[in-house]
This record gives sequence, structure tokens and C-alpha cells, in this order.
Amino acid sequence: MKKELGTFVLLVLLCAVVTALNPRFLAPANLQNMARLIGAYGIFSIGLGVVIITGGIDLSVGSVFALLGVLLSMMLTQWGLPSALAVLAVIGIAVAIGAFHGFLITRMQMQPFIVTLCGLLFYRGLARFIANDETKGFGTGSGFETLRNLATGSLFGVPTPFVLLVIISVVMWVVLHRSVYGRYLYAVGRNEMAARYSGINVRLVVAGAYVILGALTGIAGIVFAFYTNSISPSSHGNSFELYGIAAAVLGGCSLRGGEGSIVGIIIGAALLQVLQNLVNLLGIPSSLNFAVLGVVILVGVLADQIFQRRSARVKAA
Amino acid sequence: MSPTLQMRKIEKRFPGVHALKGVDLSVDAGEVVALLGENGAGKSTLMKVLGGVHQPDSGEVLIDGEPVHITSVSDATRYGIAFIHQELNVLDNLDVAANVFLGREPVRGGPLRLVDTRRMREETRRHLARLGLEIEPDTPLSRLSIAQQQMVEIAKALSQDARILIMDEPTSSLTLSETARLLEVVKELRAQGVGVIYISHRLGEVKEIADRAVVLRDGANAGELAREEIDHDRMVRMMVGRDIQSFYQHPEGEKEPRYFVVESLRTARYPGKRVSFDVGRGEILGLAGLVGSGRSEVASALFGVEPALEADVRLGGEPVRLRSPHDAIRRGIYLVPEDRRAAGLVTDMAVRENVTLPSLERYASALLISFGREREAAKEVCTRLNVKTPSVEARAANLSGGNQQKVVLAKWLSLDPRVLIFDEPTRGVDVGAKAEIYALLRGLAEGGVAVLMISSDMEEILHVSDRVAVMHEGSITGVLGRSECTEENIMRLAVGRQAA
Repeated sequence: MKKELGTFVLLVLLCAVVTALNPRFLAPANLQNMARLIGAYGIFSIGLGVVIITGGIDLSVGSVFALLGVLLSMMLTQWGLPSALAVLAVIGIAVAIGAFHGFLITRMQMQPFIVTLCGLLFYRGLARFIANDETKGFGTGSGFETLRNLATGSLFGVPTPFVLLVIISVVMWVVLHRSVYGRYLYAVGRNEMAARYSGINVRLVVAGAYVILGALTGIAGIVFAFYTNSISPSSHGNSFELYGIAAAVLGGCSLRGGEGSIVGIIIGAALLQVLQNLVNLLGIPSSLNFAVLGVVILVGVLADQIFQRRSARVKAA
Repeated sequence: MSPTLQMRKIEKRFPGVHALKGVDLSVDAGEVVALLGENGAGKSTLMKVLGGVHQPDSGEVLIDGEPVHITSVSDATRYGIAFIHQELNVLDNLDVAANVFLGREPVRGGPLRLVDTRRMREETRRHLARLGLEIEPDTPLSRLSIAQQQMVEIAKALSQDARILIMDEPTSSLTLSETARLLEVVKELRAQGVGVIYISHRLGEVKEIADRAVVLRDGANAGELAREEIDHDRMVRMMVGRDIQSFYQHPEGEKEPRYFVVESLRTARYPGKRVSFDVGRGEILGLAGLVGSGRSEVASALFGVEPALEADVRLGGEPVRLRSPHDAIRRGIYLVPEDRRAAGLVTDMAVRENVTLPSLERYASALLISFGREREAAKEVCTRLNVKTPSVEARAANLSGGNQQKVVLAKWLSLDPRVLIFDEPTRGVDVGAKAEIYALLRGLAEGGVAVLMISSDMEEILHVSDRVAVMHEGSITGVLGRSECTEENIMRLAVGRQAA
């Protein structure tokens, strides 16, 4: 809980600073837009967090977004599939990709980094090939109202992606912090051998994490596709996986595994969006965007480590 | 003239253990001294003092009669002391010459300090020739057998002008012909004036090669045998001491013999050997043997962690297949592993979470954990086992060794064990907790559990077991009933000889 608190304080501080420098930060339109993005990014960040808790990683998420976006557009506009079927198909494909990664990692004993690095290249290439390297979209007129609403609409004034995030967070919070599977997940992440010696099916637990990530990637993929409304297969979702990893790490996940919480990951995802917003509102040249992100993540994680070490020393003494 | 190496009255205490109680040891040039003793007699500690890993509390180390302070491995190297460890210390991604000169590569002049490969290889060839070895210095180490890699280590020691060579169980992973070859090399080194400290549990080798045998027992010199006095019985008697006798009374409970039967079990470590034994219901079978005799492999196979290549296991008359820990747990066969921090506990988790890890589904409905029920169960079993912890929410890492061991045991108790395999039950456990763990084991057995207790602690084996099976190099060399169970008989079987 302490770990989340630090990031939360950082988030509040950052919000206060931005508000002081530019009160437009609190304008309803700005808050709404930010909430929308926090929702979309938060959904798949949770999935990445679950994978990171097992001690794994997934670098392919951004490329999977491109593939899913292209396929969704083609299903709806070219093949005329009903919306519900297209949604199911897209989520199904994402789950299958996650299951495939889980299979390679647990059964073939490949390293998650390698498996998903190859995925990063492969899915991007596949998306560009399928789309013939043309930008795909859902048209500027009407149609697909329900799906459009999912990305750009609001529910009682709250952007739908944020509502989705809240629902998913509650479900995932229960899974992680209240279910048998969640307990196994942390046990495997912290000490795989002891978990095995307790009769836990370690492979199934780890593969399950990649399947969960797949499902959440599928949902977020649909949101992103309709949010941008035009999917350029070579750039759609580019490096989004890094935002997810950063959110998880800022939220207290350790890349060694076994640590992290849903609340932390969401705070981390929010922090990243506030930072993006800060760059825009404070008139910082957008070319510095990534530099600001990098510095803040570095400082955040460094500060956390220093605090952890200090409190560990206090405990030892 | 003073001997090359002399250790005088070496004392070393660790918290709770008086590891060395004034040990003397001397080695002269061209002499092979065997250092003998049971596991835990103090051999390793003494050698660590020599290697600069531990500093003695008192006593002195003399080289050529001059007192020296060895505070690091590089000090030891400077005084001409070199180690050949049981676990080889070589890099198999480099070639032979690079291993021999690792960290001391000869360089050509100039700012780039390029490695003088040619000189390195020539010198390596010279040292290899000294050992009568025909290996090219540019052979990658990964292409060499274990025995050859060991020779490379010896060559490395020679290249550092070693005068005292310490060999710790050098033949434990060698074949018979490789062992013979190694003994030839040791004799050759002796002829060249190197002093050798030879640590081995294999008394046959000791008899063949040693000029003198120094025996340690309980951290003190138990005696010394000159070359012509060295024989099996004398060594064993000296290692064991005669005064210790079994003094525990074993209650003879109701037993169902051959309740847990293991036949023809083959492990990957010793694929050519077959292990068969049985444990009665209510019985504690001790499994004795020296480190590396294959006991832990048997435990891993029975628990399904490293499934056996082949095994015929029956529990209560029913055949059981044990391919994974899940299989074993479903049958009520549980393991308390040797290394509790690595395999027994998730040390970063709370005591409660550790205790319920294998039985979590019992405290859950619809796969959601009921924390109340879980906490109650954890508290209940911790009270039953007298686990000393501030609360069940404390991290397992913060508990003492004995209490950690009880937590590992607690994991299985609520699951109604039928067979409990206990690998080194009291390693790193203090005396008070030891007695409690023995009482728990006896209580479990009386409650109808078949207990298999693996232990390197001779007193434990003698005092706790109803019968003792002894392993040597992957086979069971004998099973001793209550009346035959003496320290001498166990040691004989453990070194591969017949019981008296």
C-alpha cells in the first residue's frame, strides 16, 4: 500500500503544479479528454501489470493494436460483419495471441522478452501486409454508433473508456487480490520453485496471465481503433506497450515479479497521461514529450528504490 | 625444518555453533594428507579459514614457519594455496588457456593491452604436460569431460605456483577410470613436491593415496593415522567416536508394514541404479548417506518435482503415478524440502499465505478466498505447531529457522498427510526447536503417517528413526533394523561397505 501512496502523492503534486501554472488543466473538456485517455491506456496497462507480476513482459501490445485495428476496420467496412461478431472476433484473436505467447513461454520455455519482441515485429508486419499498407478507418459519417460510443461517447458525463476501466479494474482487483488465482500469481512471481513445491500448476498460472493480457489488449484495441478512427498500419499503437510497462512500474510492479497492485497500475497510467497533458498545457515543445516522460519515470522509480532501501534498513536494524 | 603449512589451535565460533575447537593440521612438501570427518565435523570451515573466507577467532596459520594472515582468496593464492572444489570453477564458454590464465592474462605492451594469446597457450601447454595431459590449449572447455575440466583447474593452480593444493571431494563426479587417472596425477604432484590436502568420503581412495590421515570430529582433532595404520575400520571408528549410543526410546505403535512401497526407482542422477524400500504406516524410516549419495534425488522423484525415469510406487496397496507435485499432493504424499527458503516458503509472503498455499481452494468459495476462514485455519495450525510469530500476517522471512520449518510443515498438516518426506528436518534449526520438530514427527507417525526422514545428522538419524536405510552412490547399501542401528554400521554402509 505504501508503494501506491508515493506514486499517488506524486500524481496529486503534479496536478497541483500544472493547475497553478495553467488553470485550464481543470477545465471540464480537458479533464474529460484526459479521463478518456487514462481509460484506454489503463485497460491494457492492467494486463501488462498482471504479466509483469509473473516476472514476464510483453513488448508486442502496440503491434497487436495495429493488427486488431486493421482487422476490425476490414471486418466492419469491407466484409460487412455485424458489430457484435466483429468485436467477439477481435477479442478472440487477441486472446489467441496471448495464449500462443503463454504456450511458447511456459511449454517451450522461451524467454518472454524474445517471444514478444518477435511478436512486435511479426504482428506489425502482418498488419501492414493485410492492409496493403493503406490507412484503414470506419468512415467519417454515421454507422457503428455503439462501438464509436465506446471510444468517444460518455455515460452520465464520464467518458466511456474511463467507465470501462472502472469496471475492468473492479473485476481485476477481485481476481488479483481476492481470488485463488491471484494468490497463485503472486506466489509464482515471488518464488516459482516454492509455488511448484506447493503443488501449483505454475505453467497454467503464467500462461493465464498472457491470456488476460490478450483479452484486455483486445478491448483496448477496439477503443483505440475508434478513438483514432483511422488506423495507419505502420504507426497505429506504436510503442504503446512501453506506456503500459511504464505505468505498471510506476505503480509499484517490479520487473523481477511478485509485486504490484491494480490501484498502483491505474495511478501509474493516470500519471503518464497527466504528464502528457502537462507538456501540452505548459507550452513545452512537443518534441520534448518523450524526454519529460523518461525523466519523470526514472526519477519516480529511483526515489521509490531509495525509500524502499531505507525502510528495509530500518527494519533490519 | 618446519612444514610448508601449519595450522595451530584454530578456533572458530559462529552464532550458536562452536565450529572449530582448537584444530591442528600440518602439511609438508610432497605429502598427501587426507582430511576426514563426517558431514559437519568442521572440514569445510577449516578449509575456509585457509582460503581466507573465514577468519579464525584464535590460533595461527604458518607458511614455512612464518605466521601469515589470510584475509582473502587472493592472499591464499599469494601464499601458494590453491583449491580444487567439488563444484568446478571453470567458464565453459572459454578455451583451456583462457581458463588457466583467467584474470592474469599475459599482455603485449601498448595502450590497448592486447592479450598475448601465443604466450598464454605456450605456458598452458607446459603446465598441462606437467600433468601428463594431451589437450590442446585452444580447445573450448565445453568439449572436455568433467575429469578433463578438473585437470584444467589443477593446471591453473600449478600456473599460480601452488605449493599446497586442497582437493575437496575431487572424485565425486568421476568414473572409476577417471578416478584412477586423478590419483595418478596426485601422486605425480607429490613427486614434484606439492603438498596436498585430500578431502574425501571414499576411504578406498584415501587408503591408496594418503601418507597420513587427519580425522576431525565435532570440530576437534579426533586423531591421526600414519600411512601404515590407515584402514577402513580405524578411519570409521575415529570419524564416529565410540562413546555415542542411541538413547531414545522408540514407542512401538500399531503399524501397517509396507504401507508405502517404492520399487526400482531410477533417477536422472544415477540412471544405472535402482532404489527399493518401503515405509510402514506409523513408521519413521531414516534415509542416511553422505552428501551426494542420491537421497534428495529420491525425495524429488517421489514428490514429482524431478519425476523418476522409472518407478513402481504403491501406497496402501494401490499403484500411484507421481509425475508432478500435484500428483503427489493429490495422493497425500508431501515433501518438506531441504532448502526451505528456496523451495519451502515464499519468504516475501505472510505466514498465513504460506500456510494455506497448497490448500487454498479449501478456504475459497467460487474461487474467491474467504480471508476470515483462511486466517482462522492459519492461526489454528500455527498454535498447534507452536510457531513463534508476532502474528500470522508477519512475513515468513522474519521468522527464525526453526519456526520457518514449522510453517513449511504447517502447509501439509491441514491436508491429512499419508506420506511425509522430510529432507534435512533440522538444518539451521536451533536446539529447542529441534526437539519440538522431533516430537511433531513422532506424533505424525503415531497418527498413522508414513514418514521418510532424510538426514545427514547422525544423531538425528539414530534418535528419530525406527529403521534406517543407507544410500551410497545412488543405491541403498543396506536397511538397518533397530538392533543393528549403530553409528559405525551406518558409516560403513554410507561409504559402500557391509555392516558388521
